[in-house]
Amino acid sequence: MAEQEAPAGGAEDRAPASLAVILLVSVLVVATCGLVYELLAGTLASYLLGDSVTQFSTVIGTYLFAMGVGSYLSRHVRSNEMGVFVRVEILIAALGGWSAAGLFLLFPVVEDFRIALYGLVVAIGVLVGLEIPLLIRILRYRFAFRDLVSNVLTYDYIGALIASLLFPLVLVPRLGMIRTGFVFGLANVGVAIALLVVLRGRQRVGGDLLAALVVLASLLAGLAGADHILRWSEVAFYGEPVIYARSTPYQRIVITRRGEDLRLYLNGNLQFSTRDEYRYHEALVWPVLGRVANPREVLILGGGDGLAAREVLKDPRVGHVTLVDLDPEMTHLFRDEPSLARLNGGSLGSPRMQVVNGDAFRWVRQARGRYDAILIDFPDPTEFSLGKLYTESFYREVARLLGPAGVLTVQSTSPLVAPRSYWTVASTLEAAGLKARGYHAYVPSFGEWGFTMAAHQPPGDAVRLPAGLRFLTQASERAMFDFPPDMARRPTPVNRLDNQALVRSFAEEWGRYDG
Amino acid sequence: MAEPTRRQVLKGAAAGAGALALPGCTPTTFPGTLGGADWQRGHRVRDGGFPAPQGQAEDAAIVIAGGGAAGLAAAWRLKDAGYSDFVLLELEDTVGGNARSGRNAVSAYPLGAHYLPVPNREAHALRHMLQGFGMIVGEADGAPVYDPYQLCADLEERLLWRGSWQEGLYPASGLTADDIAQRDRFYREMADFRQGVGSDGKPAFAIPRAYSSNDPRFTSLDGMTFAHWLDGRGFTSPVLRAYLRYCCRDDYGTEPERISAWAGVHYFAGRRGWAAGGDGDRELTWPEGNGRLASLMGKAVAPHIRSGQSVFSVVREGDSGALVTAFDHAAGVSRQWRARTVIMAMPHFVAARVAPAETVKGALRYAPWVVANVTVNRQPRGRGSALAWDNVSTGSDSLGYVVATHQSGSAGDGPTVLTWYMALSREEPAQSRKLLATRPLAEWQRIVADDLLAMNPDLAGAIERIDVWRWGHAMVSPAPGFLSDPARLAAIAAKPPLLFAHSDLSGLSLFEEAHYRGVVAAEAALAHLGHPFESLGA
Repeated sequence: MAEQEAPAGGAEDRAPASLAVILLVSVLVVATCGLVYELLAGTLASYLLGDSVTQFSTVIGTYLFAMGVGSYLSRHVRSNEMGVFVRVEILIAALGGWSAAGLFLLFPVVEDFRIALYGLVVAIGVLVGLEIPLLIRILRYRFAFRDLVSNVLTYDYIGALIASLLFPLVLVPRLGMIRTGFVFGLANVGVAIALLVVLRGRQRVGGDLLAALVVLASLLAGLAGADHILRWSEVAFYGEPVIYARSTPYQRIVITRRGEDLRLYLNGNLQFSTRDEYRYHEALVWPVLGRVANPREVLILGGGDGLAAREVLKDPRVGHVTLVDLDPEMTHLFRDEPSLARLNGGSLGSPRMQVVNGDAFRWVRQARGRYDAILIDFPDPTEFSLGKLYTESFYREVARLLGPAGVLTVQSTSPLVAPRSYWTVASTLEAAGLKARGYHAYVPSFGEWGFTMAAHQPPGDAVRLPAGLRFLTQASERAMFDFPPDMARRPTPVNRLDNQALVRSFAEEWGRYDG
Repeated sequence: MAEPTRRQVLKGAAAGAGALALPGCTPTTFPGTLGGADWQRGHRVRDGGFPAPQGQAEDAAIVIAGGGAAGLAAAWRLKDAGYSDFVLLELEDTVGGNARSGRNAVSAYPLGAHYLPVPNREAHALRHMLQGFGMIVGEADGAPVYDPYQLCADLEERLLWRGSWQEGLYPASGLTADDIAQRDRFYREMADFRQGVGSDGKPAFAIPRAYSSNDPRFTSLDGMTFAHWLDGRGFTSPVLRAYLRYCCRDDYGTEPERISAWAGVHYFAGRRGWAAGGDGDRELTWPEGNGRLASLMGKAVAPHIRSGQSVFSVVREGDSGALVTAFDHAAGVSRQWRARTVIMAMPHFVAARVAPAETVKGALRYAPWVVANVTVNRQPRGRGSALAWDNVSTGSDSLGYVVATHQSGSAGDGPTVLTWYMALSREEPAQSRKLLATRPLAEWQRIVADDLLAMNPDLAGAIERIDVWRWGHAMVSPAPGFLSDPARLAAIAAKPPLLFAHSDLSGLSLFEEAHYRGVVAAEAALAHLGHPFESLGA
């Protein structure tokens, strides 16, 4: 090959021996970096889009093809191979270094994430594909062709081995994906800067050096700010692959899945995990329905996932369910998306179901019905706006809607983590003129979880449970009403619109627990 | 909807950084309207040129000239006493005055006054009205129980201080030992004033003001400015003074250097709200602000209201009554009413033009305000404390914003209307009024948007429209000497057939004062006409 044509640049053949060493090391580096970017893209894609076989397969295929395109395009580099190589390195450093952070940040804001993902994979692939042909051409006067091919490919494959071992064993667990990207971007730009320093005496490198330093600075800044980026890119915040994420005017809905475990998060707070939600929903629903002689009319406040409704509709005595949830996107999602509707047994589409999309705080004030059972399943009182749904004023309206022999229940946070908050719900229901009784259940993904039952008359012990429940039996139901000392009732203030005592104690108790 | 939703997920910090880095990205004009008290009608009363009255004068036992809070309160009082031979003439097309409100698809919102503190024990008539309006719902331990839905919900106030929002309006961090000592001493002295009783056995500071003691120990405060009094008492802490300046501008529209020390102390020492369950220090508020009170009063007397009527002349006819001439804007003609009693429920500067023979010249001054209602497609957030009803920034010359949907819903996000307030107290009122008359809508909108985005960079891209409302004479400013202002005293002393009812008579632009003056005038008119009634203790 060396015989075919004279070198176009001509500078490299007189370059010092150190350049050859740097160039061979850079083969190792660029090979490692190239594979790391490929692995990052594949992992990110399966993490964000689910279905890892498909994602890895398509990402790797696209990447390899793009490398082929890059190799092909290398023939159009007719002169100054070294200069082009340095620029390619700088570009790869910028794109590859920011790839993970960029994809995380882009995921929630772009319409079609795949376009961003594959666009980036193709761009990096093309650039990486340019690297080896250019290096071979640069080094062609330094080694016999036989040695050259051997050297380059050996380093290339060693780099691949290093990357593929480091990536799952060290990089992802230790650094995380965002930092890994930045670290390897730094390696790429390091190669570029080393070459520029060596070439400094013989070529004008000012512009390239400036560009390299800018990229270096941006990568260092990204590395330092990786935690912030992680926080902004909330997707990376979930422990499991995200399969759905959407911002509605009211909240951020995120659904994740790992294996069989599907989870719903609202504003980052776990709402259910399919592994154990039956425990939660059986405990929410059946102690109430089992204490009502004839639950014809049932009201569910919150619970837009339809899981509580699923339990309610199992009861043939129930004639009609009204479910009030703020967010139409939530109830539409759990009614129309087959995989989610399967979870709630199609409860939201049932002919016995009436879904009202509205603010429950306003709805209860103008509602006129009478309900035999009311299930209140709102998110935890993390904000003042949500705290309004746990106030004496709100419960007074709810009490008005509760039939004389009706029973209601309220999901009321953890009596173990936040006992004062938990018992505030009971105190508040009592201030609204109801008789309240607490009970709790163990739900592994939440921990020890509390509910508060209330009625116009003190709720009794007698309960009728249907056959076929997975969690509740007569004995386990009875046990739920027993509170050991660490969760025992204690005096609390009444939560009112004008003191929001619950929001404050909730923040304090959970803040202490979370550290 | 897709666009804002997408943008919404850019978390606050990212959006904030964008807003700071790219101020040019905030559109310079927004949809919106430029409104305000009808100046053309108002100035025509000043400049004259109305046609001569047509037809026979109509007879009415009582004519109430003016449908702001005082005029409406007078009408409400007459109705409440079972009296119905009266008309209320209002210059604008809708009654309510400062308590008017607006409404769009997102929410109702105030155009001016937006809350009523739980009234003091001495405000009998007001409490009677609140009971009738369902705002007082019962009694517990001998004290009135207020409807919790109408009391301002927690969180009531937050302050942007040193880059982060905190609860309450007084800075809680970064204070020097001296700041803290002065603050505590100030509160102690105000608590003493609040409990103070004069040699006449009356509370030192009361609401309505008329119940306050005339003991010179307290009234002598009217001889100096609030700033002067603070200086003399050694209240020099910049944090304290900034807070007090905010309070003066918020309640009086004026700087501490321009208000009477009596009024300054009254702000802190006058309120002893009386309610069961520890609600005495709370406020009643509604999405439309005091528009709720105005519309309930207006509804109660609706058949008596004639709007779009510029009363431009009131002439006494001996002791038997007065002749009221008004221009009907819809019909384009002037008409007359012959009344046995006239209640002049208008600010003093207007009354002086309508009935020059009946008023005395005084030194009352009025503060100009701008109120902007900003419709946003998502609720403001910010570092630190969560969104409150009233949100104030120490770094802004505005008085901050209140959230119209604070009371009405529990949706933590979603669209709302922010009512933004600015007292134009830096310049002389006349200069500021000129600004009000000439500055175009787009410029006001830019000022409002810049101020709001400085407080809440998270609102970048969330502003949908800005409706600006101008108040040339928003409120009377209680300058030193206001307690003995001859204009005020003459109006208070007026006897039938010509009475005055306006918060100007108190010198403090508070709903309680306007209501009290309306009730007093109405009862004086009823007594004059021989209609039996049980006084509401006014």
